[in-house]
Formats: sequence, structure tokens, C-alpha cells
Amino acid sequence: MLSVAAVLVMLFSALLSISVRWLLTAALWLAVTSAGTAALLYMLGAHEIAVIEFSVGTGLVPVLFVFAMSLMGRASSMPTPIIPRTAAGGLALLCLALLGLTLLPINTAGQDKFPITFSQILWQDRSLDMLVQIVLIFAGIISVLNILRRTDTEPPGSRHDH
Amino acid sequence: MIIDMYAAGIAAVFGLLGIGLYGLMTLRNLIKVILSLQIIGKAAVLAVVVAGSISGEIAVAQSMAASVIVADTLVAVIGLALAVQMQRCHGSLDLRTLSMKFHTPPEAENGG
Repeated sequence: MLSVAAVLVMLFSALLSISVRWLLTAALWLAVTSAGTAALLYMLGAHEIAVIEFSVGTGLVPVLFVFAMSLMGRASSMPTPIIPRTAAGGLALLCLALLGLTLLPINTAGQDKFPITFSQILWQDRSLDMLVQIVLIFAGIISVLNILRRTDTEPPGSRHDH
Repeated sequence: MIIDMYAAGIAAVFGLLGIGLYGLMTLRNLIKVILSLQIIGKAAVLAVVVAGSISGEIAVAQSMAASVIVADTLVAVIGLALAVQMQRCHGSLDLRTLSMKFHTPPEAENGG
């Protein structure tokens, strides 16, 4: 019952986050979506990932969105979509139907395996992945600092004052 | 009861994926597009964990989900930084306006 409630909260807030007009409100609804995702992950038994998702998705990412919006000022707008909404909804449903045909029914055999802990997998079997992720995080920070750096010599005509 | 949990997880994956795809196709604001990508990333994390939980490999699934979360956050960070620069340089976050601006030939911009 709790899992159904978490799913409903998640889907409702995700729908609101793409449909509300104001970007700040959309970022807050995205945080609620992350909280619902974290709750469902916890119920599925992925406790460590639930904590990571909760701290990153509810803490870090909305703060990043708010920071970006504060740098941009009032930039909220809801222009008319390029693809008509009905066609986009139909295409999304078609993608989901194809995915469902591929995935379902799910084979639940093989659940009786001996348990290996998350830390064993993460730090022993996937240690190279961890190193790559650390490098990726540093590369991301450096690239963001470079992108956000204000350049004094901008090409003429590139800035449009409003 | 555990089957209900899996069914709820699969429903959440499909729902989030559908909402994210719909947002990607209909929204033209750059920030909203990044937001839709975040929703699709959450669907991916959930899908990996549900698959791991069903197959009994929850530890492997968690380690893969950690990679997905890192990549998803980096996409958001770099996308937001690029959006800030777009707003600074071109004064707009509308994808159609930016696309028209980038595809305008230089002669037309200079009035000749």
C-alpha cells in the first residue's frame, strides 16, 4: 500500500513538474519526485541507493536548478510545443507499449542466490567504475567552472540586451 | 505482497519514462528539457533496481544505479551551465528561437 502511495506521489509530482509554468515550482516538484523515488527504492531493498537518491535528487539537484535560475533571472516561459501535444502523447505511449512488449512478462526465477553486499560489489568488483566516476565528477566540476566563467572579450553582436 | 512491490516499481518506471518522453517532445524551454531528462534518469535508476530486485542481484543493481545517478547529475549540471550561458549570450531559453538564431546565415544577420 505504501509503495502504491509512493508511486502515485512520484507520478503526480513528475507530471506537475513538467506542466507548471514557473521554473522554481517545477524544481520543487522535481524534488518531491526524487523523494518518492527514494521511498520506492528503499521499499525495494536498495537502501544505500535510496539514501544517495534522496540526498542528490532532493538536495543537490534542486539547489542547482535554483542557482541556475537565480543567475538567469525571470526566464520562465511556456511557449507552444513544436510537436502537437496529442502526437507527443501518442508517441510516448507507443514507446512504452513497445518497451512493455519487450520486457513483460518478467522472469522471477533466480531470486535464491547467495547474498553479496553492496560495498563488496562497489569497492571490489566495480572499483574501476568508481575511479571513472570520480574522474567524471572532477571533469564535470572543471567544465562547469569554465562554462560559467565570464569572458571580458565577447565577440561583437553576440550579446543581445533586452 | 512482494509481487505488488514489483508491479508498483514497474508501473513507476513506465510512468516516469512516459512523462519524461512527453516532456522532451513538447517542451521548448531549455530548463524544462533538462528537467525532463532528470525524470527519465529517475526512471532508469528505478528500472535497474527493480530488475536487480527481481533477479536477486540487488547489490549489482545498486552499484549500477550509483553510476546512473552520477551520470544523470553531471548531465543536469553541465546542461544548466550551458543554459545559463545561452541566456547570457542570446537572451532566450526557447529552443526554437535558439535554433533559428544558430541557423540564420551571416548575410541575413548583417542585413545583406
